[in-house]
Amino acid sequence: MLIQERSRPGRRAPAQAPLCAPEPPPIPEHLRRSSRPVLPEVSELEVVRHYTGLSQKNFSIDTQFYPLGSCTMKYNPRACHTLAMLPGFVDRHPLAPEDQGQGLSSCLYELQEILKAVTGMDAISLAPAAGAQGELAGVLMIRAYHHARGDLERTEILIPDAAHGTNPASAAMAGFEVREIPTGPDGDVDLAALRSALGPKTAGIMLTNPSTLGVFERKIQAIAEAIHAAGGLLYYDGANLNGILGQVRPGDMGFDIVHVNLHKTFATPHGGGGPGAGPVGVAAHLAPYLPLPLVERAADGRYRWLTESDRPQSIGRLTAFGGNIGVLLRAYVYARLLGREGLGRVAKFAVLNANYLAARLRAAGFTLAYPERRVSHEFILTLKPEAKAFGVSAMDIAKRLLDYGHHAPTTYFPLLVPECLLIEPTETESKQTLDDFVEAMIAIRREAEQDPELPKNAPHHLPVRRLDEVHAARHLDLAWRSKSSEGDHG
Amino acid sequence: MSFIPHTPEDIAEMLAVIGVSAIDTLFDEIPADLRLKGLENIPEALSELEVTRLMQARARLDRPLLNFVGAGAYEHHIPAVVWQIAGRGEFYSAYTPYQAEASQGTLQVLYEFQSMMAALTALDAANASLYDGASALAEAVLMAVRANRQTHSRQVLIPRALHPAYRRVVRTLTAPQGIELIEVPFARQTGQTPVAALAEAGIDECAAVIINQPNFFGVLEEVDALTDWAHAHKALAIALVNPIALALLKPPGEWGAKGADIACGEAQPLGMPLSAGGPYAGFMCCKREHVRQLPGRIVGRTIDRDGRTGFTLTLQAREQHIRRGKATSNICTNQGLMLTAATIHLALLGAEGLERVAATCCAHTRLLAERLSAIPGVKPCFSGPCFHERALSLPAPSAAVLKALVAEGILGGFDLAQDYPELAPALLVCATELRTADEIALYAERLSAILASHR
Repeated sequence: MLIQERSRPGRRAPAQAPLCAPEPPPIPEHLRRSSRPVLPEVSELEVVRHYTGLSQKNFSIDTQFYPLGSCTMKYNPRACHTLAMLPGFVDRHPLAPEDQGQGLSSCLYELQEILKAVTGMDAISLAPAAGAQGELAGVLMIRAYHHARGDLERTEILIPDAAHGTNPASAAMAGFEVREIPTGPDGDVDLAALRSALGPKTAGIMLTNPSTLGVFERKIQAIAEAIHAAGGLLYYDGANLNGILGQVRPGDMGFDIVHVNLHKTFATPHGGGGPGAGPVGVAAHLAPYLPLPLVERAADGRYRWLTESDRPQSIGRLTAFGGNIGVLLRAYVYARLLGREGLGRVAKFAVLNANYLAARLRAAGFTLAYPERRVSHEFILTLKPEAKAFGVSAMDIAKRLLDYGHHAPTTYFPLLVPECLLIEPTETESKQTLDDFVEAMIAIRREAEQDPELPKNAPHHLPVRRLDEVHAARHLDLAWRSKSSEGDHG
Repeated sequence: MSFIPHTPEDIAEMLAVIGVSAIDTLFDEIPADLRLKGLENIPEALSELEVTRLMQARARLDRPLLNFVGAGAYEHHIPAVVWQIAGRGEFYSAYTPYQAEASQGTLQVLYEFQSMMAALTALDAANASLYDGASALAEAVLMAVRANRQTHSRQVLIPRALHPAYRRVVRTLTAPQGIELIEVPFARQTGQTPVAALAEAGIDECAAVIINQPNFFGVLEEVDALTDWAHAHKALAIALVNPIALALLKPPGEWGAKGADIACGEAQPLGMPLSAGGPYAGFMCCKREHVRQLPGRIVGRTIDRDGRTGFTLTLQAREQHIRRGKATSNICTNQGLMLTAATIHLALLGAEGLERVAATCCAHTRLLAERLSAIPGVKPCFSGPCFHERALSLPAPSAAVLKALVAEGILGGFDLAQDYPELAPALLVCATELRTADEIALYAERLSAILASHR
């Protein structure tokens, strides 16, 4: 039931609004609203029960294993949340003067330094509000760099076919044409195809390493050399940074620009789809173009925010104020809790877990997409053999996993691998959880063999059965309407 | 500190299953010359207690100020229920609801949010939020250019009486796609954007006109006439609105003869703390005919195999994971947790509660403006009708006055001189329902003393 359907005319949660309404403000009649918007009329207890009930219809990291490849769903330490919500931070107006915000600024400055250290870049801006906005900032900087040099003919961005969908979308938003580069049979970028695509139109390439195929791009130095020789720049998609944290840095691989998804690698909560944060880092030659604002430490030790007058070549602002500050504070606390040693341990255990899970699933008879390669922090199973033998799809198996109490891995991505699950356990899961997941996969395959209708009709034990996505798209119902307002705007 | 659960026995067993002798071997595909020795420049780990002390000390450095600034971020009362419930782990630590059956809680919240925003704006559809109000406006401009089938123009009229930071963000995000922003001046006397000023931009057709209600100065625009002008010139009308103001003001869907086509804005006033500027959430609504051009996540109501109602992400064919370079935008995540708070906030307030908040903010700001205008040399900048912000001109340099107020613990307003030199010296002030009569009196008294010393 929707909160709107619980509504009864005249029911109120009175403690939540000012006690009495003052005289109506002197707003000219023709600018006033003629009828009240239809919002719920409910009591406070009804609100609490309704939304507590809804929360219980969710899978989450706090309640389930969530091996969602490329999304890095690890534990969100509660201290990060508590300490980001201290009154000095959470009650601060974005336009309050910076000399009254030195505590906040020092945290953000130090976060910039930590991100420089883990990415190997020379300068960082914390401004982008999400990974995809970080990508956009990255390609806008590529554009600004070439334009500043009078190099206006570089209109193409190269993107491997395995890349995240946001990469081509970000490149297009920045006004570039996208050229896809194929992947070789071993999972590495097809270097010959890449070389033949390079030319005077090449503005840059967007790569992630390890790639979304769950393997480390071994020829990365050759790729960097080839792109740079052609006059292009290398952009690193930080979605998979968790898999190399403390082991190898994008800056050392030759990347010019990096974005970091703090909600992935730095364990800030995903919140059911945000807020995230997508800081961008650059090599020194791109520093003038970083998005604003960013924090600088002055000679006297005071922190100040750089703006348009300090950085006239900046690509500009991406949100009205300083970005997702609350998320940045959580990432800062996370980094201080883990420290140098702990951040270096992250990738080791993320990779250990992924390799263990892959080895066990392989031993159980599942098919790895790239069996000859070392697994990175995530790996791909192709369920094509199961689909062929039992007529069950990767989606059926994913839905059946929900019945077993595990969130499904990423399904049907990357697009190159048929019937695939992209599995990423992360470092915060125990061996016991991974073993449970393997047992569930084995049990589901047995079901597929003996009673394929069982996985095909899954899930069976959730608040709803399999949902009809085609129906949703064909019979668009995007907003509830009261009976009385149906005629007005329908 | 470590959040890694592995015991030495676990590690040994796992390595044996993999068939390697050490974790380091698992990185053997990385060229040896790239391998890092260690993370320099990162401090040693702290215990939770130590980090707590550190953060508390830093938070104390940031002195609380009595706040009279709005300018795009508004301090409202947030009912205790809002974050007690939105902060539950099942909302807080969930992911984007790709597996709909395992995410009915988040999906239903998003659908309820869309329903509430559609009701507030009197438009047909809403998305499940964008990053913030400014980037939402930029996305609205991109959307209007895509959706407008009547003209090939890439020119968009943007009022100068629009938040300066919003104008900068719109420029950053739309210029790479060849969109030209044409700034429309405001009338010096009223503070409104006159329809005549649109005509003076000197173009026959444009892709869109941005209409800001209330505008950056808190002044109410003649939205009907502006909307009709847009439609008469083949342009889509983009409304930028404050959700609290929508409790009292004519909703965008009813502007002019045909209604605005797209409405967007900043949802922060609906239960989100100021938090130094973010995370906030942008909202966007539109008419039915433009829904396929709407960027971001959209939730639809559907049925399951047994015919029961359920919710799922829909119209995904527009999105980056399917259409890639041809997607409506690159937006992947939205601000799910923030609008979970907004939905709970709106459910608690209801239309009447929202109206009370809006009316109280208006009354408090009116009182503030009266008190401050009683000080010699302080007077309203504009004659147009206002909502809950006022532009006041001062008899002394605004930057110096604000600095003196901060020394008294008062955040006295937004300094209009930075972006509107023609108004200087002037402040934009705001008093939400949180400001008491005593606080307003205190501000007036301190400002009066500061200005007296400047004379």
